[in-house]
Amino acid sequence: MVTGKVGFGPARLLSGEATVTVEVRLPNILRPSAGGEASVEAEGATVGEVFDDLVEKYPGLRASLLTPEGEMHRHLNVFVNDDDVRYLGKLDAKVGDGDVVTLMPAVAGG
Amino acid sequence: MLSLPMRLWERVVAHCLDGLPLEACGMLAGQGEQVLEVYPATNAARSARIYTVEPLDLLRADRAAEAAGLSLMGVWHSHTHTSAYPSPTDIEQAPDPGWHYVLVSLSDVEPVLRSYRIVDGRAEEEPVFTPA
Repeated sequence: MVTGKVGFGPARLLSGEATVTVEVRLPNILRPSAGGEASVEAEGATVGEVFDDLVEKYPGLRASLLTPEGEMHRHLNVFVNDDDVRYLGKLDAKVGDGDVVTLMPAVAGG
Repeated sequence: MLSLPMRLWERVVAHCLDGLPLEACGMLAGQGEQVLEVYPATNAARSARIYTVEPLDLLRADRAAEAAGLSLMGVWHSHTHTSAYPSPTDIEQAPDPGWHYVLVSLSDVEPVLRSYRIVDGRAEEEPVFTPA
């Protein structure tokens, strides 16, 4: 459902308001960098904007979310609801009000 | 110490055997040192030398664990031709120092399962108990 409160596109850019609020679920390993919370709220219309908001609130998360160049960290899995953002444009993946963004470490080895 | 009930030990090893000739992997869930559920996953790397837990399997395991009142507490994977000891890649990429890292070697006739804690780039073996 899109309401008048949720702004996308030029109107949102002009107003400067980030009115899309999502729940971000954090794995154990990242919780100490976010005040010990398992779940926090963040604003932004894309995963990248949500990350920017998270980093503003919790600067200690930056190195786990983004590379120094600002790309999505390769050892991080990011899901919007049930979807892996690798197939949705990574940081450009759109999020909607009330979406759940789940962060999990990549689990891999040899 | 890791407590891995025998019925779950069998599921872990069976999943590793099913995955041959590729490495197999999955997630461990439980409370504290006790594994109470295991979630077999697809090796997204589809390789006999490396593994990546399929991200959507990881998400499903996390949700299933949470619904059961458990937490993800580790990962298992197989080594098809080498010993049950973490490789340099395993140690370098270990995502969480709080996790248990279970290795299943299929290089001999009998599967060998061992568990490790990996902290600050060092792997240390821990005893595995397999209650009935």
